[in-house]
Amino acid sequence: MKGLEVEGFAIAATITPRVIPEAKLRELFAVSTVGMGGISLLITSEFVVAAISAQQLRRTYGDVVAVDSVDLEVQSGEVYGFLGPNGAGKSTVVRMLCTLASMTSGRATVAGYDVHTQGDQVRLSIGVALQDAALDGKLTGRETLMLQGRYYGLSKQAIATRMEEVAPLLDMAAIDRKVSTYSGGMKRRLDLAAALMHNPEVLFLDEPTTGLDPISRAVVWDQVRNLNRKLGMTIFLTTQYLEEADALTHRVGILNEGLLVAEGTPVELKRKVGADVVVARVGADPAKAAEAISAVTGISNVEVYGNEVSAATADGASVVSSVAVALSSAGVEVAELSIRPTTLDDVFLEMTGARIEVEE
Amino acid sequence: MSEAVVAPPAPQSPPSTAIRARPSGFFSDVASVANRALRLLPRDLETILPALIVPLFFFVVTIGAIQNLAGDAVPGFDYKAFQLPVAIMTAVTGMSRANSLVVDIVNGYFDRLLMTPINRYALLLGLMVADMVLFLVLATPVLVLGFAIGVSFGATGVLGVLVFMLFGAFWGLAYTGFPYAIALRTGNPGAVNSSFLLFFPFMFLTTAWVSREVMTDWLAAITWFNPMTYALEAMRSLFLGWDGWALGRGIFAVSIVGLLAQTLAFRSLNGRVRRG
Repeated sequence: MKGLEVEGFAIAATITPRVIPEAKLRELFAVSTVGMGGISLLITSEFVVAAISAQQLRRTYGDVVAVDSVDLEVQSGEVYGFLGPNGAGKSTVVRMLCTLASMTSGRATVAGYDVHTQGDQVRLSIGVALQDAALDGKLTGRETLMLQGRYYGLSKQAIATRMEEVAPLLDMAAIDRKVSTYSGGMKRRLDLAAALMHNPEVLFLDEPTTGLDPISRAVVWDQVRNLNRKLGMTIFLTTQYLEEADALTHRVGILNEGLLVAEGTPVELKRKVGADVVVARVGADPAKAAEAISAVTGISNVEVYGNEVSAATADGASVVSSVAVALSSAGVEVAELSIRPTTLDDVFLEMTGARIEVEE
Repeated sequence: MSEAVVAPPAPQSPPSTAIRARPSGFFSDVASVANRALRLLPRDLETILPALIVPLFFFVVTIGAIQNLAGDAVPGFDYKAFQLPVAIMTAVTGMSRANSLVVDIVNGYFDRLLMTPINRYALLLGLMVADMVLFLVLATPVLVLGFAIGVSFGATGVLGVLVFMLFGAFWGLAYTGFPYAIALRTGNPGAVNSSFLLFFPFMFLTTAWVSREVMTDWLAAITWFNPMTYALEAMRSLFLGWDGWALGRGIFAVSIVGLLAQTLAFRSLNGRVRRG
């Protein structure tokens, strides 16, 4: 039963035929509190519905499986990151959730609406900035935003208001220039502004900072944080940048070859591997080095990548000398031995046996 | 019942505005798409200028080459009026926003549109509204030139001129289905340009330059099956008076072409939306 709990008394309520995202419930909550003389309402877990939910999402192109059996649950107000290398299937998942591509099998809801059967409602609820800024070079920045507002049924006044609100993303001096004259960074930021024109409940960002200069990347990061913290906007972003996933997301899903191989908060994922990573760069025979390191007490998850051997541990400082001794005893020539905190790259390596090769 | 446990922090403040998306209705959707297409028309002069010049050029050259011959063969025959509908059809056939549609497909703007709540059919109909405006823009200089060299609609007057122009636009609109279908099916600019090849059988296997009576038998026989023949005859009839039979046949022939071409276009649109 879906319901609201009022001081322990459950009221069964069917508010609308669709489920209501948490952000909406919080708005209702504020109104109800005033109307009910301050009676506290608890939003129950049964009532709070995921902003994005997918079960056994699958997409094939002929014999090629692009996405396979992906289950997702993204809560309202959450920033969820899909991390994976190029070709992992991240964009395909986004395109399916945005109603742009059909799914071969599985089911998904966005903002409480079924992606397959309620596409119109899904499209009203989402904003999307795809990997390649989808802009018309012959329009000006202002025209792009105005038209975007019109596509979403906004009045002239509402469009003007929203243009002011998304202005921090834009280079306003260039707003009346044709988009074809914009730099790559300006185009990506305009694309993001266009995706925000209608104040979407759920924002999809497909590799929002790929190819951006550091300044543009910082602007986009700030905006993502602000949208989430100030407006409670649910944000689903894909990225191949580990530091981006680490810095922006509440939870991360690691996608590799179409499969969701791990999921959790960045801290949880890193904790699974270990607090620290001991890295040994060896001159030759990394397999022999790995064997020697594996024998050290307190070491786990030894991985070889090129001439680099990495090993997870709970406390790097206490085992590094033992590792040095083990390598020396095994006769391995060590070029460099270091300790560093675990990164999502280590998690990716642990889960897939490969590192993310970032392609600009 | 358990309390919700949500990983991220709760929103700190309500949305800055209550502005939200809402369905704007079919006609508003068509207007929005047409609005963009019309804005872009003057910025697309490199494709529009040739379409303005070519029909004028052929109109003048054809009259210069054949008028005396036609006048000698049939005394009093007004070859300028005979050619004016051909010039109009040359101006409007194959000109559409299909090229800009395929550019939208290639650069991803079409995907942006597909992710908005705009009605799918409005995506094409909005472009066709802009096409109608384009047809009138392209046909007007040809008509003005026709008037300048003495073509007269004395028998039908201003209404005749209006019907004449609408006929041209109606044909142009019917024909657009072919390039739109190709654009949506292939997403390939080259393939869209090749749709112009369809123009040749439509225009040359008909009574564009001479009447059926002076053609060879085989060509005259083919013209009976070409809908363009009936469209030209309908337009030419407007110089002589109101001929319901000629106009009716013309409208019917153009409608058949339109039905076929637009069915292809909208099926292609559905296919692209479905494929994703």
